[in-house]
Amino acid sequence: MNRSLLVLLQILVAVVVVALWHLASATTLFGNPKTIAFFFANPVGVAQRIWTWFSSGSIWYHLGITLAESALAFLIGSLGGVVFGFWFARKPLVAAVFDPYVKAANALPRVVLAPIFALWFGLGIWSKVALGVTLVFFIVFFNVYQGVKEVSQPVLNNGRMLGMSERQLLRHIYLPSALSWVFSSLHTSVGFAVVGAVVGEYLGSAAGLGYLIHQAEGVFDVVGVFAGMFVLMAFVLLVDGLVTLVERRLLAWRAS
Amino acid sequence: MPKNDIAAVRLNGVAISFDLADRRRYEAVAPTDLAVGETEFVSIVGPTGCGKSTLLNATAGLLRPASGSVDIFGAPLTGLNRQAGYLFQQDALMPWKTVIDNVAIGLEIAGTARAEALSKARHWLERVGLGAFGDRYPQMLSGGQRKRVGLAQVLIRDPRLLLMDEPFGPLDAQTRQIMGDLLLKLWSEDRKAVMFVTHDLDEAIALSDRVVIMSAGPRSHIIGDFPVTLERPRNVAEIRHDPEFIRLHRDIWDALRDQVMTAYNNTAGAAA
Repeated sequence: MNRSLLVLLQILVAVVVVALWHLASATTLFGNPKTIAFFFANPVGVAQRIWTWFSSGSIWYHLGITLAESALAFLIGSLGGVVFGFWFARKPLVAAVFDPYVKAANALPRVVLAPIFALWFGLGIWSKVALGVTLVFFIVFFNVYQGVKEVSQPVLNNGRMLGMSERQLLRHIYLPSALSWVFSSLHTSVGFAVVGAVVGEYLGSAAGLGYLIHQAEGVFDVVGVFAGMFVLMAFVLLVDGLVTLVERRLLAWRAS
Repeated sequence: MPKNDIAAVRLNGVAISFDLADRRRYEAVAPTDLAVGETEFVSIVGPTGCGKSTLLNATAGLLRPASGSVDIFGAPLTGLNRQAGYLFQQDALMPWKTVIDNVAIGLEIAGTARAEALSKARHWLERVGLGAFGDRYPQMLSGGQRKRVGLAQVLIRDPRLLLMDEPFGPLDAQTRQIMGDLLLKLWSEDRKAVMFVTHDLDEAIALSDRVVIMSAGPRSHIIGDFPVTLERPRNVAEIRHDPEFIRLHRDIWDALRDQVMTAYNNTAGAAA
């Protein structure tokens, strides 16, 4: 399909949804507009709220906090995942011994950890970073583990026959192979870093997008809740777009 | 080759066996003697599953023989064979490195400065006809081009012994002939010992000084050793019309035919 036509259709979907939303909350077409606006807010109000946030500049602080938490969670979680993934993949005994514990830890829904992290790390950004790390770590860990385990045998033998030492095999074969798996899961892990940050903020904090949404919910400010959700969506889309750019650059060798 | 010369490869009673899943042992290759001269091109031909590749892996040091020993240029082989370059049947290039980095890597890891390694790699890429492809990634090349890169990657290290495991197996017939000609050209400029494993008898005769025939497995062993006296330089595509080639082909095929049928019946039986 033609690219501009596709974009046009995509925009059309948003226009139709917003138009229906507006009709429902401003006319009697679907029932009492006051009731509908109470439960679903109204697009004009939401747009005004978002405009106020950006024009007054108050939103940037919250966005910055959420971004910092996500970035830290992603970096720390990825680093830990790479190190432990490598270690487990290269030492089958370690992997075998810790296998049930890794599975158990990963099976735990992270939301229940949020209060514990708040207790340990306080209500500042680090409890949110910790929550994000527990999400990102396992994704990267499993991918690195898989990447190291599934290094192609001919490539490995070729490296050996070309004279590589164990360290050189690690640097030229195991690491690039594992990183290619990490990069291909970049969208998921970056997404989870944001989820960790926002959920953490939602459950107890003094700043960030999650805090903003939670505050609005606390006073039945439905317009504020929807405005927060839209800003969050735009934020995630932006981050995801950045990831796509990075991915294209790092995985150039995969393109055919 | 004469008995007392120092051989590039000397297999002394090398036998290969594997542990099967049901705890039995599969004896792939019975004790085998084989010598390859310092500048000799020897092909090993046999039916599928006869263990010819395992013999090559034992020579490379990638596989430990169940019994017997391997001498490389007169010294017993322990661990990996550092004198050998190995061209694999499967894709063995590093997909995350560009073509030129793949070729240069063998020198770089041995401590050659990067600039020098790259300039030598460029030279080798030109020799295999891929001078303009240095900055591509392997995935962007055809199968035949990847084999050329593999050849450059191995030869840049100037190994004294070249081990090749059905290197042109996955290629189409025309590309195989072109690759055969390229290999002969490079080899004639700098003669190394070559152990070339293939199931293609035409290819073996066209390329080699000697063709060694192995029987069908299990307990595969050498059943024929034919010197190839065809003049060099040879043209791989045209030499198969040479009367001498046809005579050799007939003689060797007489020895090989029964083995191919045995191997076929074995696998057919296993599949049933």
